[in-house]
Amino acid sequence: MRIALIGQPNCGKSTLFNQVAGYKAETGNFSGTTVTFTESKVRVLGDIVEVVDLPGTYTLAGTNPAEREVIKYLTSNNVDVVVNVLDASHLSHGLTMTVELLELEIPIVIALNMMDEADRIGIRVDVEALSEALGVPVIPMIASKGRGIQPLFVKAYEVGRQKTMPKPATYSTDLERHLSVLTHSLKDVESYLNPRALAIKLIEGDEPILAQISEQLPGIASDLQVIDKALRQVRGQSSAWVVTGERSGLAENLVKRVTKQGQRNITFRDKLDDLLLHPFFGYFFLLLILFLFFQAVYSFGGWLETPLMNLFAELEDWLLGLFKAPQAFVPQVLIALIQGVSGGVAIVLPYLVPFLIGLGVLEDIGYLPRVAFLMDALMHKLGLHGKSIVPFILGFGCNVPAIMSTRILEDKRERFISAALSTMVPCAARLAVVFGLVAFYLGPVLALGIYIFDLLVIAVTAKLLSKLVPDESPGLILEMPVYRIPTFKTVTNKAWWRIREFVVEAWPLLIVGSVVLSVMNYLKVSIYLNTLVWPVSWLLGLPKEVGVPLIFGVLRKELSLVMLGQALGSMEFANVLSSEQMITYAVFVVFYIPCLATMLVIRKELGGKMMWQIAGLNTAVALVAALFARGLAVVFF
Amino acid sequence: MKLLDAPKGSLLRVIDYRGGKGVEFKLRQLGLAPGHKIKILRYAPLGGPVMIDVEGRSVAIGRGIAARIDVEVS
Repeated sequence: MRIALIGQPNCGKSTLFNQVAGYKAETGNFSGTTVTFTESKVRVLGDIVEVVDLPGTYTLAGTNPAEREVIKYLTSNNVDVVVNVLDASHLSHGLTMTVELLELEIPIVIALNMMDEADRIGIRVDVEALSEALGVPVIPMIASKGRGIQPLFVKAYEVGRQKTMPKPATYSTDLERHLSVLTHSLKDVESYLNPRALAIKLIEGDEPILAQISEQLPGIASDLQVIDKALRQVRGQSSAWVVTGERSGLAENLVKRVTKQGQRNITFRDKLDDLLLHPFFGYFFLLLILFLFFQAVYSFGGWLETPLMNLFAELEDWLLGLFKAPQAFVPQVLIALIQGVSGGVAIVLPYLVPFLIGLGVLEDIGYLPRVAFLMDALMHKLGLHGKSIVPFILGFGCNVPAIMSTRILEDKRERFISAALSTMVPCAARLAVVFGLVAFYLGPVLALGIYIFDLLVIAVTAKLLSKLVPDESPGLILEMPVYRIPTFKTVTNKAWWRIREFVVEAWPLLIVGSVVLSVMNYLKVSIYLNTLVWPVSWLLGLPKEVGVPLIFGVLRKELSLVMLGQALGSMEFANVLSSEQMITYAVFVVFYIPCLATMLVIRKELGGKMMWQIAGLNTAVALVAALFARGLAVVFF
Repeated sequence: MKLLDAPKGSLLRVIDYRGGKGVEFKLRQLGLAPGHKIKILRYAPLGGPVMIDVEGRSVAIGRGIAARIDVEVS
């Protein structure tokens, strides 16, 4: 049996899913789309059932790609019963989608979630009356506290077994008359929707469905025009708004019948926005929260990274000691293998784990949309939206979680630009290069200068990119969820699924990449590698030998410093590089191709095409920025 | 009156939206349909979005869109 969870954003659907899903939950895509869902096996009454968490949607309009996939999935016979999660504290809004669901003629159980929140704001829901009015079972629950979950799934299981079909809601007489005529003429049409649901969608002006039906019934468009004209005459609105207006009318009437409004308890949570979104203190808290978050991730990561790296260094020494000729093929490949493993264990995971937990907490509290509210004006000046600030800030720790955090952006354009820009934010590894080279030899002021220069380059690139990829969204429309206390299970489950994605998909490639580079090194292809990079090193006025460290730097950015010593034959960089060369090299390293782990995460999140576009863009920006820095250095030294 | 011209704290009723169909659809999804009552909660500084209360929920709307929403004092 398969149970699908559906609900509007912020209704607590994912919290419910996290309460029942095990650690084996899988994320998948609807075929051929980027719309994702999560699935897990759950034991109900001794039977194993599949529970699917569908993306949160406000309505089931076929015009929105995500919503269209959801309808197709619900009506595909793969789903035995739908659990419609409703927020009891905002009932009428959620019920408009329930009315739409009833039209699909699939077994439904309603999970009336957030009963505690409704109670807090003084709303009393008569659960039995609601169930009777809708003709479907309604189970009251509090997902965040794990209450009512067992009865919900037992009921869903029962309904799924019996295949109890709900009855669609009845609209006003005039609309029903048009519907019944249209339904009749659609009864032989092939579609994933039943004739009545199809008729409603067509009157609503669903263009993809209209195109599909027009092939079978060429006269349908003119029929719809007649209906639209008739409805306009009576109601003074287009047929699409008549249908949506009727739905919200049905929902509002129902709410009036089954709820009582009592005394509202004003608590600290209701006042929190006055503080966190204050024109002045709001930004103070924003900086403070982000600083604490960054600091926590950074210090936890640093605290683990050094001992772990030492451990792996000892392991490498021990391993090399076992061989008579440490430069031979086998020990070199083994070392590369260890380096690939240690790159994941010691460099990425120590930052990724605390980061994902922290991001999950901020997400579940409901703070991220507030960040968007505060930063929207500033980010607009760069041609971006408020939410894009989050990946930038996170990029300073490690670019891998920064790329992952672009998931909070709905728009593909926004995700691409934010991902591209956050790869230019100097992560902890590049900090090592800037500090090891520029701060150590030329002083901390110049290192800081490189950081400021970096931010300027990001701003200019943002401006250019937002011109190149024009914004189609006219502005922000974003619901601010009520502040909630995150649950341990939701946060850890979410973090675990994301960590597993890195471990399973990006890490193996990191290890393979490491081995391939070591084989190339063993075969003494460094001359060819240097020649390959020669156009770049020549243009930037750098020694030819920087080719190898630059190529290895793609694997792990700090290698471009570590291997620079090997390549130039001296770890005393002041003897082999001029000041301007050091600056040019550091600037180039900060911007060029993101490290392999970052590239793999970009491929996973945004696809291979965008991975190459971002790599190309970064290299171009790196060349321009490094040339510019070279020019500046020549002038000032 | 435009939504954008209403001061913080004012209680309003939505009359109409003049703009693209996509935005209108999204606004209606969030409950900003003609006839609905809303309250202005706060404006973000420096020309940032405006936050309004729609049936007990907080919704942030960019000023570009808010300038196209016709409202009357309720």
